[in-house]
Amino acid sequence: MNNKINFSKFFKTANIFSVLAVVISVLFLFFKGLNYGVDFKGGTLLEIRIDNNNIQIQDIRSSLNIPELGDVNVKEFGVEGDFLIKFEKNANENKEFIAELKKIISKKIGSAVNFRRVESVGPKVSSELLKQGLTAIGLALGAMLFYIWIRFEWQFSLGAIVALIHDVIITLGIFSVLSFEVNLSIVAAVLTIVGYSMNDTVVIFDRIRENLLKYSKIKTNEIADISVNETLSRTIITSLTTLLALFSIFILGGEILKGFSFAMILGVVIGTYSSIFVASPVLNYFKVTQKTLLKDDDI
Amino acid sequence: MLSFTKFKVISIYLILISTIFFASLNTKNINIIDKNINLGLDLQGGSYILLEIDTKPLVNQKLQSKVIPIKKLLNESEINFKDFVISSDNISIVIEKKQQNKLKNIFFKQQNNTVNNFIPEYNKFELDLKFIQNKAFIQFSNFGLVSLNNAALKQSIEIIRRRIDDVGTKEPTILQRGDKRILVELPGIDNPERVKELLGKTAQLTFRLVSKDDDFGSEKLILSETNEELTVNKRVVISGDNLVDAQPQFDNQSNQPIVRFTLDRLGAQKFGKITTENVGRRLAIVLDNFVISAPQIREPITGGSGTISGGFSFQESTDLALLLRSGALPAPINIVEERTVGPDLGKDSIDAGVFSLMVGFVLVIIFMFIKYRIFGLVSNISLIANLFMMVGILTILEATLTLPGIAGIILTVGMAVDSNVLIYERIKEELKTEKSIIHAFDTGYNKAKITVIDANVTTLIAAVILFIFGSGPVKGFAVTLGIGIVTTLFSAYFIARHLTSIIVLNDKNGKYFKL
Repeated sequence: MNNKINFSKFFKTANIFSVLAVVISVLFLFFKGLNYGVDFKGGTLLEIRIDNNNIQIQDIRSSLNIPELGDVNVKEFGVEGDFLIKFEKNANENKEFIAELKKIISKKIGSAVNFRRVESVGPKVSSELLKQGLTAIGLALGAMLFYIWIRFEWQFSLGAIVALIHDVIITLGIFSVLSFEVNLSIVAAVLTIVGYSMNDTVVIFDRIRENLLKYSKIKTNEIADISVNETLSRTIITSLTTLLALFSIFILGGEILKGFSFAMILGVVIGTYSSIFVASPVLNYFKVTQKTLLKDDDI
Repeated sequence: MLSFTKFKVISIYLILISTIFFASLNTKNINIIDKNINLGLDLQGGSYILLEIDTKPLVNQKLQSKVIPIKKLLNESEINFKDFVISSDNISIVIEKKQQNKLKNIFFKQQNNTVNNFIPEYNKFELDLKFIQNKAFIQFSNFGLVSLNNAALKQSIEIIRRRIDDVGTKEPTILQRGDKRILVELPGIDNPERVKELLGKTAQLTFRLVSKDDDFGSEKLILSETNEELTVNKRVVISGDNLVDAQPQFDNQSNQPIVRFTLDRLGAQKFGKITTENVGRRLAIVLDNFVISAPQIREPITGGSGTISGGFSFQESTDLALLLRSGALPAPINIVEERTVGPDLGKDSIDAGVFSLMVGFVLVIIFMFIKYRIFGLVSNISLIANLFMMVGILTILEATLTLPGIAGIILTVGMAVDSNVLIYERIKEELKTEKSIIHAFDTGYNKAKITVIDANVTTLIAAVILFIFGSGPVKGFAVTLGIGIVTTLFSAYFIARHLTSIIVLNDKNGKYFKL
């Protein structure tokens, strides 16, 4: 690459921007919270298909407005005639709940209803799933931290972790702002984002380490600059091919994968940004120089 | 890095060809070895049901059964007691302080203990005894609870398996999950509601006499058919345990569906005795605390078989017979999680998944060809090989492919080119300073190696953690993501590198080196 971009010039602005984005995300997560799906909140979800085009969403809403059913949420889902209905209640309290629901819906709507998907999660299982999801993300972060610490020096490890936490918080923050549903597949997406962002960061870190050993007189920020530039075309190409694949899932992969691929797209964009503008400056803040590398024997 | 021994080349392509062979087993026409990728419930349709047993009533029931042996023990040992109280999880008895030690000694006797079973497995007793002033408290020890729970869970799994086998679903999975739960997976099932109804029923069947008046030993139960309240004796004449068979039938006279049951020898004897002694009285047939019917005993029934009628539909009589045949669950069971996907949604998901996979694949291939020309072609060939190898390995492992799993494959396609991009970009840099093209490729591959491995290990870590913590469809994503990393490394460092070496070594003029 001949076009050298002076990234380090933007480090400060980018960092202020990142800090702001993280703070706003945390505030949203704290005050608005996430829109948990039945996986994490418990409840029942029905995906139905109605062949009769005359039936509108309001008809379903009003037909389900029965006190015994509790809080009901109906929305259109993908193609016309497909609806997603969520109930706060689940089959745990009443074994025949789903059978009764199906009866009520079929009767009230009056035309053939195809029950394409039913998910019902009890409160105990949902809280366990949430705990498991959080543990998985925490463990993944820990494992990454450990791996980088073995492969590099601790400053690198910290830089990578700061970038990862930045990615995860902002991705979840955007989910909170948009009130997008968070379910099990979003946890999978977040974990993959962690892996992807790490992957990006490692490529740049590898180059920074190599360049730190090559040039002893140049300042850390400039080394970061050179390294980011040298790896820039790779960063862009890989992000592009990954995004090509993700957009094809997002657009063509069906409704069920929408949230998952959306989270991944966000993650890839934020992860690419963070490996350049978050992970690299951290090295400078910790004053990583050639000496830091030479002090350790395990290079 | 560009030289390959003959042995290496042969091994590389043998591995590739064998995975392609395994991948091909998934097509309909090739059935040489019986191996296939399993489709997850989200793709083929079916039900995932997580059940949890509730041992609380069982603990109380077991405690009740200790009452007579304990009283007997106290009387035999000449221990004076009063105020014998049973609560939901303990028994309290008032015993004088000076006799408490005596009780303690006989209560924890290892041999011939009629009250407190010794569990050799844990080297502990089933019941705990503690004294607070003049009161003795008896309750299940932690080990007693564990062994009670384990036995109940094991028995429940067995009974659930019998019920499901009886319904005749194809390839059900029934597994223990943790110490209180049972996972049931029913692929391709159309009507999960019926199966769920069968799974959830405790099916505790008892025959008991209807009492004339309210007394201490009776309780009020509802007769399901008419909602009439009946006073039924608590004493059980015979229970479902004595049943050896039950079949749905039609009654000869009324042509109503009924259930004919056959009793074992002991049950037949008891049933004969009771029906002889109580001609004219009503006998209640109680299932899970509801009276199915309470016919009058017209004549002694000594043949060891009888019928139950209760205004059933044919389906109801079939189900009741099935439940009675498979036996009663030792403890009530609750559905704590259920996920059902209809077959048409499954098919839609496969179609959408495969279509988006193909589109993503073609986009990436076009992009790589435009960007790297002949080496893009090399990368694309290795990408196709990668895809075949992924499918091949999934087949060898007989892994379960889920919708997120397909997403994992698409994602791998997007990320797999990363290794080749890393290498080519590195070679480009080397070409700037290095005169020998072969040398530039060599160092390019070498220097990029560490980065490629580092970058892939991080994703692998994420995949492994996801595999451990994920459940169902998400686990399928972890599987394809993890396998994808391995095949990606193989295809980049063996297949693509070998193809590159052929081009580089045969093109000394540098015709192709416009990376």
